[in-house]
Amino acid sequence: MSAQAVQHHAPPTSFLRKHVFSLDHKVIGKQYYALALLAALCGMVLSWLMRIHLGWTNVAIPGLQLLSKSGAPGGVMTPELYLQLLTMHGTIMVFFVLTTAPFAAFGNYFLPIQVGAEDMPFPHFNMMSFWVTFLAFVVLMSSFFLGDGPTLGGWTQYAPLNAVGTAAGPGQGLGVVLWATSIALFCIGQLLGALNFITTTLDLRVKGMSLMRLPLTAWAWFITSCMGLTAFAVLMPACILVILDHVAGTSFFVASGLVINDQVLPHSGGSTLLWQHLFWFFGHPEVYIAIVPGIGIVSHILITNMRKQMLSQRVLIYCMGALAVLSYMVYGHHMFVSGMNPFSSLAFSFPTLVITIPATIVVLIWIFSLYGSKLRINSASLFALGFISMFVSGGVSGFFLAQPSIDIMLHATYFVVGHFHMVMGVAAMFGIFAATYFWFPKMTGRMMNERLGKIHFWLSFVGAYCIFMPFHYLGIAGNIRRYSSFPNDFMQPLIPVHRWITVAALMTGVAQLIFLYNLIHSRFWGKPAPDNPWEATSLEWSTATPPPWDNFGGKLPVVYHDPYQYGVQSSLGDYVMQASPEQVVTQHDEK
Amino acid sequence: MAKLLALTIIVIAITSALPVVLHTWEAPADISTHGHLIDEQMSETMIEAGLSFLAAQLILAIFIWKFSSRGPEAKLKTFPGGAKGLVIGALLLVGAEVLALGVFGVKAWADVYLTPPSTTAMPIQVQAGQFAFYFRYPGPDKKFGPLHPELINEGNQNFFGLDPEHDVDSRDDIVTAEMAIPVNKEIHLLMHAKDVGHSFFVRELRVQQDFVPGLDVSLHFTATQVGKYEIVCTQLCGLGHYNMKAYLYVLSQADFDDWLKKETAMQ
Repeated sequence: MSAQAVQHHAPPTSFLRKHVFSLDHKVIGKQYYALALLAALCGMVLSWLMRIHLGWTNVAIPGLQLLSKSGAPGGVMTPELYLQLLTMHGTIMVFFVLTTAPFAAFGNYFLPIQVGAEDMPFPHFNMMSFWVTFLAFVVLMSSFFLGDGPTLGGWTQYAPLNAVGTAAGPGQGLGVVLWATSIALFCIGQLLGALNFITTTLDLRVKGMSLMRLPLTAWAWFITSCMGLTAFAVLMPACILVILDHVAGTSFFVASGLVINDQVLPHSGGSTLLWQHLFWFFGHPEVYIAIVPGIGIVSHILITNMRKQMLSQRVLIYCMGALAVLSYMVYGHHMFVSGMNPFSSLAFSFPTLVITIPATIVVLIWIFSLYGSKLRINSASLFALGFISMFVSGGVSGFFLAQPSIDIMLHATYFVVGHFHMVMGVAAMFGIFAATYFWFPKMTGRMMNERLGKIHFWLSFVGAYCIFMPFHYLGIAGNIRRYSSFPNDFMQPLIPVHRWITVAALMTGVAQLIFLYNLIHSRFWGKPAPDNPWEATSLEWSTATPPPWDNFGGKLPVVYHDPYQYGVQSSLGDYVMQASPEQVVTQHDEK
Repeated sequence: MAKLLALTIIVIAITSALPVVLHTWEAPADISTHGHLIDEQMSETMIEAGLSFLAAQLILAIFIWKFSSRGPEAKLKTFPGGAKGLVIGALLLVGAEVLALGVFGVKAWADVYLTPPSTTAMPIQVQAGQFAFYFRYPGPDKKFGPLHPELINEGNQNFFGLDPEHDVDSRDDIVTAEMAIPVNKEIHLLMHAKDVGHSFFVRELRVQQDFVPGLDVSLHFTATQVGKYEIVCTQLCGLGHYNMKAYLYVLSQADFDDWLKKETAMQ
């Protein structure tokens, strides 16, 4: 389909159409970003509360009673409130931040521009996608104020704890129903988004934009959409089945003969492990849904700042594809000690180990592409380099967890928490920060403050290591995760480590307020941005800053070059834009 | 600034590796017959992952140091061998590493999960419920009586739902809140969940296994050192999860026999 087949929609005229129920992918992208920012703030505050409690269990936290009266008598957090905050932190961060920001926010804003389209093919679906996601967030947060609070079952919501109702604890009735409703809505939003992303990439590329001329970010969003289409399509029905177990008397996830409070539960015939299979069939691809956009973003930003291409763009694309395919074959490594057939554990272990090969190749391509570059240091490139360091640190701990025998020791310990926070939490957040510093000028027409950006980077980079590297050591010592305090004899000596982590977490958290200030201040009072401040080549830098409602002012570009023509001689300097017909001379490489 | 970043990455990498290299932070000593296999696998993985971690961070730091903020007159260079060399290198090196870890790891896993317990293993049933473990020994008849969920009553301490009036096999069953086992004797642990998911984890024994509601699973191990250890729940099971624990006493055969007699008398 040619770019002429884009569904044209008239320029928005009313306030509502322009800023609220907009069909414009750029406004929707900004809305997703704002939602992710709000969610990240909520998630971060919850993590502060949890960390204070873990460091000093009996300390009264001012204002905690506003969140839950019964969960914080005298301001001291109860075990159930701790678990409720833990569940909400995980759910908010995984779904509404790590999925929403790098994929839905930046993807929405830049994918159509990078392929040279005026908008996505289904703008109404796109608008629905955001508002359904927003509704999902509202439903999730409402659980703080309804019934006996949010569910305490963790973001993984294992069965049958998620299906047996309030008898199993506060939040396990209405709280679970609201959680499952929220996630099912979120899945619908992401499915609508994925459909748009895939069709945009395949059908709306402008003249000259072959698939291999797509920037790495566009490839990353495309591959992520394909993963999302399959993964969310499994999680959504699983959530519906949980809701049915609560409201319709079904027993999908509850076995016969279970007893709570000396009462036999009125369920029979369900399967506990069924939930785990359904959840992790979504859950492991979700890790890559969070991180693959980051891989694309980091590659895109590094290339621009290295002033040279990656050693191989094609290999990077193949590796992202391999990660996506393998992500479905490895999910069972979350279930090594779950009680599933032990032969299955071995079957899931090998692809889990094998998935390190494409991940290693990606890292090697990044690092060895730095060789011989002219690396520019700015806030965006600092966060991109920080991403690589974090991705490596979080990635190598995966070697341990991929092996069932070692998992016997490390499963459900802080080692796992350290691993996933580094590789999909901090790394993905660094990708979001890098993208923000890089694209903010294009999105708002103003530059962010570089000095504040660099301070933000240093505090975040060192702070994140101070928080999450000790998690691995706690795990090796057998510190169990999801404990609201540590009454066990062997955990007593570990409490000082928890206090160190708490202090580091609070300080790193404060650094994020610098980012927030920078973001808001620059939005209104930042220096005006030129159209192409980073001397970059892809199509988003060919159009005005910020782009007009139809992206290219009514005249679609024609693509003449591969996405990353750096290190060339052109009228602009050492680069040539994708949409420039200028012939270029490649500079001779010095070996 | 780039040089500072390079130095920071090097300092972080070395500091992170120090506790492992200097052996100042290690897992608790193993007290099982199979645990050394897991520990060896852990050590091999630590060496391979640790070297990969250090190499990647150091090379990243060196390249950031060397190739940042070069002037416009500097020439771009391509890493000798290009992507092809890296891909082949990664496939061979990581492939070999993955294969080695995968193949050798099977042995440790098989020792715990793929070999059945011996016929002389001592059966003990453990039941996990919110938020306590209870243990059942079969008594002189060496048979466990059947469970009746409807008879479970915490108030009259019928934790398992036994019916000794009607079930002969239940009459000599011994129910305890602590677990004691004889040293150097293989234990066949029969795991039963009363309500929701739980887990059985003893660090020193190198065993961890989830309880699956509706599905009885088993585990077998042999403890080699007398002592007192903690059994903890590692599967989020509700508000009291953090406090769900029991003690494991590994006793000499004589001490174990005494303990069992005392517990029998208290039933």
